[in-house]
Amino acid sequence: MPVLARTLEAHGLPTVLITMMPFWAEKIGAPRALAVEFPFGHPLGQPHNVAQQMGVLAEALAVLATAVAPGAIVHSDAIWPEPVEEAIKAWQPPAPSPIIAHLAPQFRQMLRDRRQK
Amino acid sequence: MPVDSFKFLPRLIATFYQMLETPPQRPLPWTPLSKPLSDCTVGLVTSAGLYHAGVEPPFDTARERQEPTWGDPTYRTIPAGIRQAEIGVSHLHLNTAPLRADFNIALPIRRLRELASAGRIGGVAERHFAFMGYQGFPPDAAAWRDRYGPEVAAHFKAQGVDCVLLTPT
Repeated sequence: MPVLARTLEAHGLPTVLITMMPFWAEKIGAPRALAVEFPFGHPLGQPHNVAQQMGVLAEALAVLATAVAPGAIVHSDAIWPEPVEEAIKAWQPPAPSPIIAHLAPQFRQMLRDRRQK
Repeated sequence: MPVDSFKFLPRLIATFYQMLETPPQRPLPWTPLSKPLSDCTVGLVTSAGLYHAGVEPPFDTARERQEPTWGDPTYRTIPAGIRQAEIGVSHLHLNTAPLRADFNIALPIRRLRELASAGRIGGVAERHFAFMGYQGFPPDAAAWRDRYGPEVAAHFKAQGVDCVLLTPT
């Protein structure tokens, strides 16, 4: 998605990205980003939680209005209101995505190799 | 406290991200905001896999199931007046139930309209755009960069959009 932000920005549109993955936004580069510590699928928050959604949106628009140089990443203080273990389960699809199913054996081997080092 | 990118990721998916080798793209493009937000028309782009059910087709998850290293690079148009019941979600990498309950968690059209009513932004684009975030493994965003991204930019400019909020999922 940082790619789309850069593309729009290069075509003359100021952008701000709301990201759960500042690691990724920073690595590949986005013009402006607000980082939120929320589960995947929930950049603005929980369904029907209007105050939470509005809070994140206001923070993102503030980044848009105030950032002065490309690569700006502001980290939100917003806290996900559900327990982490539940949230990890809740955002994932009912069945692993095709690529995860396809790569899982390889990943498990990598994790085993890492533990042995 | 800085945001922890891996807090909500199971180990397999964290490994997936750590395996990705994408060279950083520098310099970053930059377009300054040319006027106050209260005068800006705001557009939205999400990668939540949303589509206007019955009007446009879902994303091609059938091909992705056949070919797991491929992800649909096309986009869908979401009119600002869309109702929740008209929103479809095709995304194999997420639990789509929360988006089916309230699409504003990824495409905050209602929240933007509230800000526009309050005078905090100038207006809301009439048409927003949705992609499906999975772009293959290893990820290949060339079609987004070279074709679909520029098309979306042109659609926004034709509508008089001044700035864009992007929401990956």
